[in-house]
Amino acid sequence: MFTSFRRILRAGFIGFWRNAYVSLASIFVITVALFVIGSTMIIDQLLTVSLSQLQSKVDINVYFVPSASQEDIDALTSSVRALPEVEMVTYTSREEALADYREKNQNDSVTMQALEELKENPLGATIAVQARETSQYESINQFLQEQKSPIVDEINYTKNKESIDKLTGIIDAVQQASFVTLIVLIIAAVMITFNTIRLAIYTAKEEISVMRLVGASNGFIRGPFMLQGVMYGVFSGVIALLILYPILLWLGPKTAAFFELNVFDYFVTNFAYIFGVLIGIGVALGLVSSVLAIARYLRV
Amino acid sequence: MIYFDNVSKRYNDGRSAALEEVTFQIEPKEFVSIVGHSGAGKTTLLKMIIAEDKPSSGQVFFESLDIHRIPRTRLPQYRRKIGTVFQDFKLLLHKTAYENIAFAMEANGRSDEEIAENVPQALALVDLTDKAWNFPNELSGGEKQRVAIARAIVNQPDIIIADEPTGNLDPIATYEVVQILRKINDLGTTVVMTTHNKGVIDELGRRVITMDEGRIIRDDATGKYVL
Repeated sequence: MFTSFRRILRAGFIGFWRNAYVSLASIFVITVALFVIGSTMIIDQLLTVSLSQLQSKVDINVYFVPSASQEDIDALTSSVRALPEVEMVTYTSREEALADYREKNQNDSVTMQALEELKENPLGATIAVQARETSQYESINQFLQEQKSPIVDEINYTKNKESIDKLTGIIDAVQQASFVTLIVLIIAAVMITFNTIRLAIYTAKEEISVMRLVGASNGFIRGPFMLQGVMYGVFSGVIALLILYPILLWLGPKTAAFFELNVFDYFVTNFAYIFGVLIGIGVALGLVSSVLAIARYLRV
Repeated sequence: MIYFDNVSKRYNDGRSAALEEVTFQIEPKEFVSIVGHSGAGKTTLLKMIIAEDKPSSGQVFFESLDIHRIPRTRLPQYRRKIGTVFQDFKLLLHKTAYENIAFAMEANGRSDEEIAENVPQALALVDLTDKAWNFPNELSGGEKQRVAIARAIVNQPDIIIADEPTGNLDPIATYEVVQILRKINDLGTTVVMTTHNKGVIDELGRRVITMDEGRIIRDDATGKYVL
């Protein structure tokens, strides 16, 4: 048992080196497949991060009348906060609203002058409500409308409704499209790999029939090919990671500026995960392709 | 030790029969030559013995074992009792002469010590000790066939099946190969060989089975090549 395992290992390694051309071709194809899968993983992460950032920028603003009492505002705020759909409620007091306003308009002398002439702070307090999902804004808005609270001056949901709807649509579409793309790419990668390995093993067809004739068992014939498949996967995984490294190093600062996610940092912090996924997929691809390709030559 | 009992083989087209009601037997330690024109059924006959092909009707026995009832998973064990030699050598091209012979022993589950001892002996028997580490494409036709014979005998099989072993060889290589087969037979192994070569048959002076259109038409104990 151990002897034949050792012999299978040795035959696998020797076969890998002596069929260097075939090994290189297989490794090349699996590397491309893994590179595509790795890139898709990182693009998907970019999308997820930027989508969640976009989502966090969407909110419903409730403007209170300046005369609203603090108790009434607090009561409404906590009832909104209690809604299951609500992720976060940010309260901005009248004073903070005024300070913000001053800061935004500090270069606009007319507005500043007008503000100075007013004896009172003309701005009311506001709350910004963020939902867990963009689709939930509708029901939060409904809740707020139903309150018919006299202290509410304006709810800007209807103003934002159009852009919120549009964003919801885009987010859904992008997520679905990236999922479909990933599936299509993975299927393509698997088929190309399978075909390459099948061709590689086709050249060994004669050898397999000879091995059977001298009385080698199926396991003894299959073993070295399976080991070669695994080796293709491991080498390809390592090469794909080595290719991804400089590309992400280069892209990192650019994506950090645009998407607020540095893909290189993501790559480094999640290296174990990405390493595991790529090597795992590579090994599975090589192994399954070898087993399937050789199965047809082992039938009597 | 091999019994053919009324064996027929028809291929799918239904018209031609590769074998037609063939009945004969081979005794231990015999050297049997099978002759006949191309398509007479010689190779089909050999394929029946190594379980590469199944008869349409009739049975083939190896001693008391019905060859075509051996479960597929047990076939490798059965094939290890038989050494095979082919016209096209069927060596493993990515293995050296030594490794080709050693592979047959490894497949048999022999120990490393046995392999280290028996492979050089087999190479010496076919006079190829100095070519042990050459790959098949570095060997001549005769040398390749001698490697194939060494591989066939290294597991000490009960029987050697040789399908046109001299078909691709020049006269000198043919002579060498036949001498080796004869030596193996003298050492006690049954040999079944198909051939087209009249000189080989006449020189051997052993049993000759003559086939034509799937039937055995002559079976002579010390035959000549008659066609």
